[in-house]
Amino acid sequence: MDIVEELLKGNRLALSRAITAIENEYDEALDIMKKLYPHTGHAFVLGITGPPGAGKSTLTDKLARAYRAQGKTVGIIAIDPTSPFTGGAILGDRIRMNGLTMDEGVFIRSMGTRGSLGGLSHKTADAVKAMDAFGKDIIFVETVGVGQSEVDIVKAADTTMVVLIPGMGDDIQAIKAGILEIGDVFTINKADHDGADKLVREMNMMLDLDGMMTDWRPPIQKVIASQNEGITETIENIEKHFKYISENGILTKRRTERSKNEMMDVLQSSIGSHITKKLIDSGLMDKYVEQIKARETDPYTVVGGIMKDMLK
Amino acid sequence: MEKRIRVLVAKPGLDGHDRGAKVVARALRDAGFEVIYTGLRQTPEQIAEAALQEDVNVVAMSILSGAHPHLFPKVVNLVREKGMNDVLIIGGGVIPETDIPALKEAGIAEVFTPGTPTSDIVEFIKANVK
Amino acid sequence: MSNEKIQAGLDKYNASVEKATSRFPERSHLPEQRLYTPLDIKDTDYADEIGFPGMYPYTRGVQPTMYRGRFWTMRMYAGFSTAAESNKRYRYLIESGATGLSCAFDLPTQIGYDSDDSISEGEVGKVGVAIDSLADMEVLFDQIDLGKVSTSMTINAPASVLLAMYIAVAEKQGVPADQLKGTIQNDILKEYAARGTYIFPPRPSMRLITNIFEYCSKNVPKWNTISISGYHIREAGSTASQEIAFTIADGIAYCEAAIKAGLHIDDFAGRLSFFWNAHNNVLEEVAKFRASRRVWAKVMKERFHAEKPKSMMLRVHTQTAGSMLTAQQPNNNIVRVALQTAAAVMGGTQSLHTNSRDEALALPTEESVMIALRTQQIVAYESGLADVIDPLAGSYYVEALTNKIEKEAWEYINKIDEIGGAVAAIEKGYIQKEIQDSAYKWQMDVESGAKTIVGVNKFQIEEEPPKGLLKVDASVGVAQCKRLADMKAKRDNDAVKAALADLKTACQDENENLMPHILNAVRTYATLGEICGVMREVFGEYEAHVNL
Repeated sequence: MDIVEELLKGNRLALSRAITAIENEYDEALDIMKKLYPHTGHAFVLGITGPPGAGKSTLTDKLARAYRAQGKTVGIIAIDPTSPFTGGAILGDRIRMNGLTMDEGVFIRSMGTRGSLGGLSHKTADAVKAMDAFGKDIIFVETVGVGQSEVDIVKAADTTMVVLIPGMGDDIQAIKAGILEIGDVFTINKADHDGADKLVREMNMMLDLDGMMTDWRPPIQKVIASQNEGITETIENIEKHFKYISENGILTKRRTERSKNEMMDVLQSSIGSHITKKLIDSGLMDKYVEQIKARETDPYTVVGGIMKDMLK
Repeated sequence: MEKRIRVLVAKPGLDGHDRGAKVVARALRDAGFEVIYTGLRQTPEQIAEAALQEDVNVVAMSILSGAHPHLFPKVVNLVREKGMNDVLIIGGGVIPETDIPALKEAGIAEVFTPGTPTSDIVEFIKANVK
Repeated sequence: MSNEKIQAGLDKYNASVEKATSRFPERSHLPEQRLYTPLDIKDTDYADEIGFPGMYPYTRGVQPTMYRGRFWTMRMYAGFSTAAESNKRYRYLIESGATGLSCAFDLPTQIGYDSDDSISEGEVGKVGVAIDSLADMEVLFDQIDLGKVSTSMTINAPASVLLAMYIAVAEKQGVPADQLKGTIQNDILKEYAARGTYIFPPRPSMRLITNIFEYCSKNVPKWNTISISGYHIREAGSTASQEIAFTIADGIAYCEAAIKAGLHIDDFAGRLSFFWNAHNNVLEEVAKFRASRRVWAKVMKERFHAEKPKSMMLRVHTQTAGSMLTAQQPNNNIVRVALQTAAAVMGGTQSLHTNSRDEALALPTEESVMIALRTQQIVAYESGLADVIDPLAGSYYVEALTNKIEKEAWEYINKIDEIGGAVAAIEKGYIQKEIQDSAYKWQMDVESGAKTIVGVNKFQIEEEPPKGLLKVDASVGVAQCKRLADMKAKRDNDAVKAALADLKTACQDENENLMPHILNAVRTYATLGEICGVMREVFGEYEAHVNL
């Protein structure tokens, strides 16, 4: 099967295989991405993040249905943490979106973080591009907002939605500080639980303190995703934000930034893996490590030497 | 390269006994696989489509109601129809020994009956996954 | 002997065994102590905590005479294939001395689908009998006098519909509803948590349950309106303490819902019944039964301020543990079931189903069912275990274990209260997660050999595949669909339409009791799928919460 040709024709298995090639860093992934790249840049990318248990998948499910009702096609990339001990993962988001499986206009892909340093955001961005080239109008990227790499992924979206729930106690304090700056749109899910109004007040207060760096004030919407309440309003908020960034040149700026990041990511990972391979193949890796361990030299000197060799 | 074995653990049919499916899902996770669990009451069509979208290497199904002669082969056919010829499809549950030859004939690579250690399932997948 | 003297003796004993135990490794999974003495129950007040049979807190049994009066009801769970086939099995069981019926329904019936629904394909008649309409129910109880037999029905989400069908069959037999005896399982919370045959979300489900409580207290007063079930929680992998704790937490949620609906605790609590698992560890199980009665009595008295003694009695049906049956060397299961039966009887159960040896492989054959029933009869008539009431009371170990299980149960119940009750704990996935963790631990213990299952991870042999297993032919589904089509052609379809429209209106009014409307629809031969379809339309469907 010619993956690129089939993918562009709308073959779902080809899309699926393309994402696998990206995830597993198969050699052909590079070639696939090169060929798909001209066909990208059309989809709207929505990042969804928030703490575990916030109901992100259920919310994604409802938002996807609403977009489908508007006749738009949807791609969903749902990311779950990989166990650092076993390398395995339970990818548990799909189960909350089972009702979408038989809709041909929706494609859901679960991914594990696989413990890759920074590589995850790069891979996710490529998976988004594969779905974009496939012709999806809207692509959701859903991830637990706890680590830096997750935040990086979400930053790559056109619009980022942060989902919170009432009653999370102290956990929320730590989370709130980190996510305030990345949220374009806030959603308070499970708004029928105690403390929803209090959370909205707190959020508003923190946004006030934030000093309004731009004239976009992130809206805060109360939602009960499981009962489909507040979904229409949430979509309106997302659209308002998209309109705002389109009209103010922010979208262009974000996409330029993203192009730069893409290039730098590819550059860094190519150089990194190139040098690593060379060090291992030549046996220098073990030698250097031993020397550093024995304090005969230090990492800075070693890398300095490597760079000198490289740039000759 | 960062290849992982991906497994769809599925409960086709209507029975709600998911103790086995969940224990297996966790054991596979602990063996380093990426596991997608579908939850209860999945139709063969849903299972095949999920297998496609997730590009899994293995579909592992569990049935305790006796509906396996009907449902297992149906999933195999649907998965193959989608062009996923290399996916390993295995089954488990309350399945009489006498039903096993027909299930294997229909394309179920292995059938695991009650009392099977999860480590056997892990080993089987490792040895047979393409 | 004073406690000091006992302590001195114990110290001496411990010193003497210390040398011995250093020479051999102790098996794991044993009780914390190897020996129990009066010191372990020195704080247990006999009058307050143990007491007498038929008296608060009912630790020693709910009836004053227990099996000295009469044995437990030997109730064999059965049902497969078509109504006609199951009817034959029921009559065979009654002729063999079974004293109550227990109906197993197939999965489409349990989830409210007709046999001709596409989702029912491959499932019709498999794990129980297929019931599509009153017509099937008439055949199921043909020549069985509903005025005499007591019938237990394992039906939950559509319990209201099956109960209505039972009442309608009785009407046709000329038996008035107030004479009917039996039980519907009707326990939706454990379906969400462990068994999986739910239909509607919690709110409308709780409404259906309280509607049944209310309707039966007025019209079917001898009927047990719910069987709050720990059985399936245990089957899903819980521990003994979790089994009773989660189930009693469910029971509390039902009581609260009924009280909120305006019922008085003493009007319905006496009709609540429970359902325990009889697992492999005999003494732990006996302690579990005893502890559960004590916890429930305290809940009813202290929390709900029940006044009638009957409201405080935890009456229990028991089934031997299906998940402990092995596919390997299936005849060993006869011995397991005998020990589990002994546990249930020494635990003071009110009724008992014994599993058949071949159920890890397929549906039981008639011969296997006979052995299972005979097991109960041997325990009742020959073993002496039923000769005196609560024979293990006063055992240092069993009393200490009863206390320990009670304590663990309270800890869970308090934790669930903190979360906001059983419904909230299920919606958050807390109960499911606790059960899954226990199930996973059990499996890993078996695989590591820390736990021994004879014939499975120790003492295995090469075996021939078993012969003569019962199989439900695929043609059963085809025949059932034809029966359904014939019935639909004959019935008054206008009456059906009108009854379903009336039911829909009633569903939309939260203050309306649905039972009379369902009964009305059932009488027109509206099908189970049609009735549940109307309710699905108004109530929606439950989406499971899975946290692995």
